[in-house]
Amino acid sequence: MNVEWFVVLSALIFAIGAAGVLTRRSPLVILLCLELMLNAGNLALIAFSRMVGNGDGQVFALIVMVVAACEVVIGLGIIVAMYRRRLKIDVDSISELRG
Amino acid sequence: MSPTDYGWLVLLFPLLGTVLIMLGWPRWPGRSAGWVASAAIGLAFASSVGMLLTLNDQPEEGKSLIGTAYEYMGTAGFNADLSILVDPLSIVMCLVVTGVSFLIHLYSVSYMTEDPGYTRFFAYLNFFVFSMLLLVLAANFVLLIVGWAFVGAASYLLISFWYRRATATAAGIKAFVINVVGDIGLVIGAFLLFDKTGALDYPGVFLRAPDVFSTNDPQLVIACVLLLVGAFAKSAQLPLHTWLPDAMEGPTPVSALIHAATMVTAGVYLIARCHPLFELAPTAADIGAIIGCATLIFAASIALVQTDLKRVIAYSTMSQIGYMVMGVSVAAYGAGIFHLMTHAFFKALLFMGAGSVIGAMAGEQSMDKMGGFKKAMPFTYATFLIGALALAGFPLMSGFFSKDEILSYTLNRGGWFVILGVVGYIAALLTAFYAFRMVFRVFHGKAVPEAEELEGGHLHHGEHYNPATGEPEDTDVGFPGPEHAIAERAMPMKAAMGPLAVLAIIAGALGIPGATDTLEHFLEPTFADSKFHDVHPSTGAEWSGLLVGGVIAVIGIGGAFFVFVKNPALRTRALERFPAVHKVLFNKYYFDEAIDAVFVRPAFAAGRFGRTVVESAFVQGVLVGGATGLVRAGTSFARSIQTGELRAYAGLLIMGVGGTLVYFLVVST
Repeated sequence: MNVEWFVVLSALIFAIGAAGVLTRRSPLVILLCLELMLNAGNLALIAFSRMVGNGDGQVFALIVMVVAACEVVIGLGIIVAMYRRRLKIDVDSISELRG
Repeated sequence: MSPTDYGWLVLLFPLLGTVLIMLGWPRWPGRSAGWVASAAIGLAFASSVGMLLTLNDQPEEGKSLIGTAYEYMGTAGFNADLSILVDPLSIVMCLVVTGVSFLIHLYSVSYMTEDPGYTRFFAYLNFFVFSMLLLVLAANFVLLIVGWAFVGAASYLLISFWYRRATATAAGIKAFVINVVGDIGLVIGAFLLFDKTGALDYPGVFLRAPDVFSTNDPQLVIACVLLLVGAFAKSAQLPLHTWLPDAMEGPTPVSALIHAATMVTAGVYLIARCHPLFELAPTAADIGAIIGCATLIFAASIALVQTDLKRVIAYSTMSQIGYMVMGVSVAAYGAGIFHLMTHAFFKALLFMGAGSVIGAMAGEQSMDKMGGFKKAMPFTYATFLIGALALAGFPLMSGFFSKDEILSYTLNRGGWFVILGVVGYIAALLTAFYAFRMVFRVFHGKAVPEAEELEGGHLHHGEHYNPATGEPEDTDVGFPGPEHAIAERAMPMKAAMGPLAVLAIIAGALGIPGATDTLEHFLEPTFADSKFHDVHPSTGAEWSGLLVGGVIAVIGIGGAFFVFVKNPALRTRALERFPAVHKVLFNKYYFDEAIDAVFVRPAFAAGRFGRTVVESAFVQGVLVGGATGLVRAGTSFARSIQTGELRAYAGLLIMGVGGTLVYFLVVST
């Protein structure tokens, strides 16, 4: 198969994820969409790795997964903290850091 | 052991006492801190005696020894080491300071018994003695200035000892501020000397001064006048004297120790120590003599009308130090130091007697409310009488010999110095008069209720209010608390006053003209280089001076007897006849008011101007406000982007990344 297909698919997933991050207000869904974006990146990395013919890209993909896992831990931690403090599960309501 | 070893011990014991008492502050059981402090000073006194004995073994030309513990600064041609100078002058000062301090510590053990701040008091007191000894033992100007400043700090701490009394803290601040004026004078004076001589240690400065300064060299005169400013502030001479009467807010032992016997004589010591410089700058020495003379008559006249017992003694201290300053300024060094010593004895004794009377009055200090304590307090009466006789210069008492020696040296200088001497004799008349005004008003006459109560065997307990403001006293901070001490009932107080009374009588034996001159002879190595060394009045002249002084003292005492005992109506008539004179004297020549108008108010006005105009309008408004305004305006766009909304950030991020991507795509094709 041509590498273009994979790149197009990756771009599509990335766009879906980005759209989700921008439009949804639930932090949980935003986290899911972030995962989509990261995995779209992974897909592109692996596809290019196959195309070039060495394993560097795949190693990168593994690192991205680790980073994604860390990020999920923090993200879920934030969500649990919000729940505990009985805040609205809505990212728009949390805007204390405005300048 | 060499004299300098003993010198270090003299310094060590009071320092050790201070540190021990401070470290063990809440744990000293009962009254033990007072005994520890007294023991420390007693050991220091013993070391001073050791210093005296070992110095006597030294050869005649080696009577000035320097001991160095630590070379603090060792650059080329300049040293400011941690070193002490042991010579006859410093030994006399050490003996007087430690001896009198020891007795006053003893007195305080009883006097301060009921004070909750007992331990704190003795820590301060030991610290003061250490500072004073550092001052007199220092071998260079740096260490002198350190001791000088420490002494000022200790004085501040002790004046403000009853810190809940607003008047006491105000008096402490006043004393400190005026003393700092003197400190600045001393520091700049020492710097001017260093500037030309390149040395800070006494021998170096004195050795090089004649080479680099001509007689009355302007820089030397200015330096000496600045040293005098330091001396005047410490010794309460005009016009830097106003702190001393206010310092009477402190506990009475403090008044006896610091404001009569030791600290206030530091100025006299400084002039005597720097005599080679003052002899090179006769103008400065003349200024010292004139100011001393002005102070002694000025203070004596104020003491005539004051009603607060302690303030009368305070003004008398000023007056007596005026004699000493005049003495050392007219090159009568031995006489000045002699009077310093006898004055320490009888003035400390007078203060102790006053403390005892104030105890019997339960804190009341006004002589208007005292009277007839003679029967109730025989011991206090006897010792106070001895002190007053010595102060008045009654024949054969200690003050008789020392005061008249200063005056005959002054007269001996001839020229306009005769005026100073005559003024001194007039002030001696006033001295005898006010000394016995105190005796007659406090101990003679009709017994007041407090005295009668004491005769009946009960010590008066009074309502406590601040004598200065009339406000009720916060007795939580101790004395003036409910329980007071009087000498009749407290052994340590008696033990302190007894020896002082004996010394006040016999100390004159150290300087009987033509007969003993012991002190003068002992001090000779220090003052041998003086060019006035061989200029002294003949024994006959001194004895005729003594005769005049004795007659004047008797006339003064008789006058006081006539006015206050024999014919009290005369006093009222005099008050009615000369109300203006009384008013001026009672208000201390309006010195406080003048200083207030000339310095304090302008300083306040300048401060107010600074606060309202400079600070709020210029600094706050223009500088700070302008800078922040600029930054605010510059950052308003950057701030508006920071909305705090997560999705907005994400959107911006994606737009940024997308934009970059598109840019590279466009560029690459």
